[in-house]
Amino acid sequence: MLKFVSLLLALSFCQGLQHNNIDDYVEAEPVFEASKHGSLWPLPQKVQISEVSLKLTSSSFRIVDAKASSAGPSCSLLQSAYRRYYEYMFGSAKKQWWSKNNRRSDPSDLSELQVWITSPDSECDGYPSVTSDESYELTVNQPVAVLKAPKVWGALHGLETFSQLVFEDEYGAKSINATIINDFPRFQHRGILLDSSRHFLPIKVILANLETMAMNKFNVFHWHIVDDQSFPYLSRTFPQLSEQGAYHPYTHVYTPADVKMVIEFARLRGIRVIPEFDTPGHTQSWGKGQKDLLTPCYSGSKPSGSFGPVNPILNTTYDFMAQFFTEISTVFPDGYVHLGGDEVDFTCWKSNPDIQKFMQQQHFGDDYRKLESFYIQKLLDIVTSTKKGYLIWQEVFDNGVKLKADTLIHVWKGNQEQYQNEMANVTASGYQTLLSTPWYLNRISYGQDWQGFYKADPQDFKGTDEQKKLVIGGEACLWGEYVDATNLTPRLWPRASAVAERLWSAKSVTDIGDAFNRLSLHRCRMVERGIPAEPLFSSYCPREYKGV
Amino acid sequence: MSVVTSGRYTFPNYTLVFFIFLQLGLHSVEGVWPLPQSITSSPERYPLNPQAFYFTYGSQSAAQEGCSVLDEAFKRYFSLVFPDYSSGYGFLRFSVDKPFTVQVSVGRDDCDSYPDEDSSEQYTLSVSAGQASLKAKTVWGALRGLETFSQLVYQEDFGSYYVNKTEIEDFPRFQFRGILLDTSRHYLPLQAILKTLDAMAFSKFNVFHWHIVDDPSFPYQSRTFPDLSAKGAFHPMTHIYTQSDVRRVISFARMRGIRVLPEFDSPGHTQSWGKGQSDLLTPCYSGSSPSGTFGPVNPILPSTYKFMATLFKEVSSVFPDSYIHLGGDEVNFSCWKSNPDVRAFMMKMGFGADFTKLEAYYMENIVNITVALNRTSIVWQDVFDYHERIPKDTVLHIWKGLPASYAAELSAITKAGHRVLLAAPWYINHISYGQDWRNYYTVQPLNFSGTEEQKKLVIGGEVCMWGEYVDATNLTPRLWPRASAAAERLWSNEKQTSDVDKAFPRLQDFRCKLLRRGIQAEPLFVGHCKHEYQGV
Repeated sequence: MLKFVSLLLALSFCQGLQHNNIDDYVEAEPVFEASKHGSLWPLPQKVQISEVSLKLTSSSFRIVDAKASSAGPSCSLLQSAYRRYYEYMFGSAKKQWWSKNNRRSDPSDLSELQVWITSPDSECDGYPSVTSDESYELTVNQPVAVLKAPKVWGALHGLETFSQLVFEDEYGAKSINATIINDFPRFQHRGILLDSSRHFLPIKVILANLETMAMNKFNVFHWHIVDDQSFPYLSRTFPQLSEQGAYHPYTHVYTPADVKMVIEFARLRGIRVIPEFDTPGHTQSWGKGQKDLLTPCYSGSKPSGSFGPVNPILNTTYDFMAQFFTEISTVFPDGYVHLGGDEVDFTCWKSNPDIQKFMQQQHFGDDYRKLESFYIQKLLDIVTSTKKGYLIWQEVFDNGVKLKADTLIHVWKGNQEQYQNEMANVTASGYQTLLSTPWYLNRISYGQDWQGFYKADPQDFKGTDEQKKLVIGGEACLWGEYVDATNLTPRLWPRASAVAERLWSAKSVTDIGDAFNRLSLHRCRMVERGIPAEPLFSSYCPREYKGV
Repeated sequence: MSVVTSGRYTFPNYTLVFFIFLQLGLHSVEGVWPLPQSITSSPERYPLNPQAFYFTYGSQSAAQEGCSVLDEAFKRYFSLVFPDYSSGYGFLRFSVDKPFTVQVSVGRDDCDSYPDEDSSEQYTLSVSAGQASLKAKTVWGALRGLETFSQLVYQEDFGSYYVNKTEIEDFPRFQFRGILLDTSRHYLPLQAILKTLDAMAFSKFNVFHWHIVDDPSFPYQSRTFPDLSAKGAFHPMTHIYTQSDVRRVISFARMRGIRVLPEFDSPGHTQSWGKGQSDLLTPCYSGSSPSGTFGPVNPILPSTYKFMATLFKEVSSVFPDSYIHLGGDEVNFSCWKSNPDVRAFMMKMGFGADFTKLEAYYMENIVNITVALNRTSIVWQDVFDYHERIPKDTVLHIWKGLPASYAAELSAITKAGHRVLLAAPWYINHISYGQDWRNYYTVQPLNFSGTEEQKKLVIGGEVCMWGEYVDATNLTPRLWPRASAAAERLWSNEKQTSDVDKAFPRLQDFRCKLLRRGIQAEPLFVGHCKHEYQGV
């Protein structure tokens, strides 16, 4: 099986190359056919769609709380979701006014969707977490449809699924087939990484992508908020970090209010916000606003004027980190912070005589990985004291840093064989892990690269069932070297949707042809909802993107 | 990097260039893109106040007030020069600002004409205290000069506008600088086309090659054959270009000095035509009976040529340009081979088993139709490759291969005395990771073996954005600023613009200008613009 998968990947890669160099037209054209699962994306775990179709009219159809629901009218999370999905299905209030004036007097076959939160604690006012129950059951039948979910998080997904079942007949009337769905995610952690350091991303763009994430049942926004190039996070404790380190201190920063807005917008869609403050490397922009934080590099016996990674030998560094991460732990409610820890370049450390001395004192010899471990361990202790869990990039594990048992290791390196070995090693050591390697969506190529993303499976590696269970999910990464507000959305969608289905649907859902058919419709739905999701291939949508 | 996914980030060498650029500051007059043929400027600068800024016609100018092209352009460029002003940004009256006048003089009153292959786009621009003098032979040259002037103006942090003392003499290196959009594989709403035309003018492109129909769909609504779009478009009402849409595109393009070159590609790439025009396509056979599928246009029926003559007559009346693109690429012979009537025709004509002769026969007939309509034909290189007996004034369009093979093709075609247009290195729909604009920039269109006379036959180049993976959702960021790299290659002096690293900061600056003008141009690399794109 493994061999087979890699063969397929290899084949599609060759095909891609050919297109790049020869011409445009030699394409084995995918042929669109209607899927028996319509436009559902990601495919629910269990679906039964009947032939019976029921009409819905905007004037009479309602989404309401079920009588027995533990969430009532005071649950604004659900109330605003009802309105959102009503508008997705029937258009905005302005359109409604039109159809009211032109309405045909047909009664709805389906008069309402009742949303029933079954657990005593709906978690309406809480934040989603890695253990949140996201399951739901949806029954569509005359005269009412019922959406049952233990928690609001499942209900949000169920509303999305319901809206995906609604279709427009040739006369423009909305219909839905009688359906039974029982659904839950295969993996708990289904994330998207956006990088707001290499290019600043206006809040509007981040919100639009949270909205789109919800349409794809993603539940983690990994906010790679700062890096070498700029520090747009406005820290209350250290405001000089963004004053000096952002591209512009006013127009290219995220204020506390901005961050709050992102977190709440995400919460209302069942999405966690995990911030990443990557150290000790990738910190050039930090140095501009925080003196003595970075290591001065030496050229011969003199400081060269340039700086390297965070200086791991000064107490002031750890004082700073303690204060900084205390702030972060209060600003971001999620139980986890991403601490980075990748790609530390040792040349600057090596050049610095004070560091050399410190290495000797600590008996690290010439092994700068030990110095890195020294730093990371102190940092992990600091973050642990703020009562947060942490994610770290795989190097920290590779370098043998002592980690808490509940540390999440984020795998991002290597080719298929290498990352599968890494997954095997990480889980063999008993750590939970998260895969990103096959989903570096910033890497673009000509053709239908979504198929490659779709075929990668995070549990395809050699290991026991126990090891497989330690895989909590994956993340699609859109690094920002070549991406900003101008091209982010079409570059991310619907390519990330391929990852969304891999992480949500059953492992057995692997039919590329069926996926193409559903994904084509799903992308047109995103376009109709105002998201410029790019096309999979020659085709059209009934309502093309109008936001040009 | 040997393994594609071995680095979380890539740190190519351009970083260095970028930081140097920041230190130098932005207000270099070389901020004009594409680079003018000759430009000198001094640090002496003049403030511009939108409330005391005027475009006027020179007293000697052949065109005066009432000239549609220039009157419109003055309005457009006022907003482009002062982007804050029209959006109501708070401008307090400056009490003592001296007025500044841009005086435009043209040698010919061609205000109501269309730009064509011989139109001069040359202009001179002289900016001094209180005034700029823009002189051109034609209004099209004046448009290019206005664009240049608008790029010379810059805004300081506190909002004031300035322009430096500058002298420019400018003209394009190639007369044909085109962009191809494909509205068949995906329908492009009119807005997307108009926006592209706007952005084209900013990079001094002058031909919109409208690949309007192809296999997947036929969105052109024909007056004579309405069934073509009624049955061949993705949707007969929402996914078509009506006659008034087409007129709007042509007139919008004219205002910007852009020609609209329509392509009706045949005999291949015509599946969508067959839906609305029965007996146009060749029925394919499976054994001795028709298989139900169709191949290229049927070249053996007189009705085919009658249809084509009527269609192209309409096309030549709708599209004023003197060129028509006839396609002629990628004809698959298997269907023709399968059809017994086609084989019988081959026998009768003495073509033997050489189907390229049949293709040539077809193309000759089509070219003759356009000749009779007094139009110049452009065809894809395939037509030359198979067949050298095409009329001398037919332009060949090179689209295949790597530099070595297109250079050979340039050599061969110009040796045969044909004019030629180069598109092969600018298939911009082919995307890859990183700064591929560098490849578009470093093309040397005349680097092939041939005489000076041969080189003169290269009329220009074209950036192609084929539509398999492109529609209104991603067209603009995929096109800009990558196409702008080709724009400079086609406009500017190659010796002055051979250093791609020098071009990098200028193109970064230009892409920020595009953003400021509402064009969703993607970034070249890490960095920022003062005014980021505000859409989604």
